[in-house]
Amino acid sequence: MQFSSRTRTATIALAALALAGGLTACGSSAKSSGSTGGSASSSSSPAVSGTVNVFAAASLQDTFTELGKKFEAAHPGTTVKFNFGGSSALAQSIVSGAPADVFAAASPATMKTVSDAKDNASDPKVFVRNTLEIAVPKGNPKHISSLKDLTAPGVKVALCAQQVPCGAAALTALKAANLNLTPVSLEQDVKSALTKVELGEVDASVVYQTDVKAAGGKVDGVGFPEAAKAINDYPIADLAKAPNAAGAKAFVQYVESPEGIAVLTAAGFQTPSAASSPAPSAS
Amino acid sequence: MRRARNRGTSRTPLALLLPALLGLLFLVLPLLGLVIRAPWRALPGQLTSAEVWQALRLSLICATAATAVALVLGVPLAWLLARTEFPGRRLIRALVTLPLVLPPVVGGVALLLVLGRNGIVGRWLDSAFGITLPFTTPGVVVAEAFVAMPFLVISVEGALRAADPRYEEAAATLGASRLTAFRRVTLPLIAPGVGAGAVLAWARALGEFGATITFAGNFPGTTQTMPLAVYLAMENDPEAAIALSLVLLAVSIAVLAGLRGRWMSTP
Repeated sequence: MQFSSRTRTATIALAALALAGGLTACGSSAKSSGSTGGSASSSSSPAVSGTVNVFAAASLQDTFTELGKKFEAAHPGTTVKFNFGGSSALAQSIVSGAPADVFAAASPATMKTVSDAKDNASDPKVFVRNTLEIAVPKGNPKHISSLKDLTAPGVKVALCAQQVPCGAAALTALKAANLNLTPVSLEQDVKSALTKVELGEVDASVVYQTDVKAAGGKVDGVGFPEAAKAINDYPIADLAKAPNAAGAKAFVQYVESPEGIAVLTAAGFQTPSAASSPAPSAS
Repeated sequence: MRRARNRGTSRTPLALLLPALLGLLFLVLPLLGLVIRAPWRALPGQLTSAEVWQALRLSLICATAATAVALVLGVPLAWLLARTEFPGRRLIRALVTLPLVLPPVVGGVALLLVLGRNGIVGRWLDSAFGITLPFTTPGVVVAEAFVAMPFLVISVEGALRAADPRYEEAAATLGASRLTAFRRVTLPLIAPGVGAGAVLAWARALGEFGATITFAGNFPGTTQTMPLAVYLAMENDPEAAIALSLVLLAVSIAVLAGLRGRWMSTP
């Protein structure tokens, strides 16, 4: 019965979301030809307008959605559209010619796929870093307190596939801890790994700190010391074949601005400068 | 009939021929692209690698098991729909065919919510029998059977409607029970329809992706079937993805060619 009421809430929420999405879509297209002058921030950037297509790692979904809204407010006449997903899949679609303006990846390795194809307009810059955490269902029913607990018999773990950054980072952490973990599933991005914990289908998953925070109390997070050896750098770059080059540059600038970084750190991301070790260059 | 056809070919209007050829190109070109871009030289190595073999083996086993499930449950269901009258039959028929048009990923979500560890049925399965389906090979079979069974039901129902019920009635007047009449008279009569449905269901199960990755997850050797392997290979090793796709393409063509020759040919 708890199940059915939860489903009903989810259905209502979904319907509301769809409605809101439809409304904002209408609203933004209606005002897409607004004036661009006199915006409060970023006075140095050229006048930008039109749609900015941002391809971003799934782990950036909440923060970038917020940044997109703020960017639209700061640059009237612009619409930011997002394509969130696993970084490697996004990189592949950019290399295959997807009409993207900006790429924000969850790892230098996935950004390199794009750089190698000479699809970057500028050098990628690391703008935030993210640390891993163990996500467990609320109340931590299996009493997981360390990475080693994940290898206990009877504990079902979903990891990200090692092709995606969260999976590569989890593997690095497990290697650092000298652990051999057999998960029940290798998920295609960090959000689907987290969802399996939220639904209670697995007992734990290794995701980013920011994802646990974004889940808003639906899951609990357990930190572990080996996470320090698997910190992920997030590079961002505007793209060479960007249909909206000015918009792309302005969006990257906005993400790197103090305003943008404030949104990201509030969600649990760390700034590269705050970390003790220097950020490795992405190129 | 024959005369009309002969004349028709010489007089096909350009306004029809041009879009027809474009349509053909549109459907065939992507497949040709796959064949052209295939890393032929590296192909033997790709196809004999342990991972590919593992995924292929699992795919074949699961698709066959899903077809068996579909046969055991689907043939009686088709019989129910074709040979009996009961209130709400049309609604039931619509529900049965729903997975045909439902996005498979929606099916996967639905299965997870019902048969998952916290699902209405799954919770009970777990507490009473200790069975959990998600992330297991039987979970893959369940996901594939859910998506593939309607193909079998539709095919068998059509065959049953085409078969003359008077043969069954004759068997009944000679003293056969309904079940015996079904087994000895009806089933042989509709065997081609059952065969075609089974092959279609098998091919559909083999290509299943959405419901499998949502419900059964993705782990090599347990739940990673060919389509899942293709999807993940595409993220960092496109050559391997092409090689895997070629195998699925070859199998699908073989199935369709076989079907066309045996059961689907029209006079």
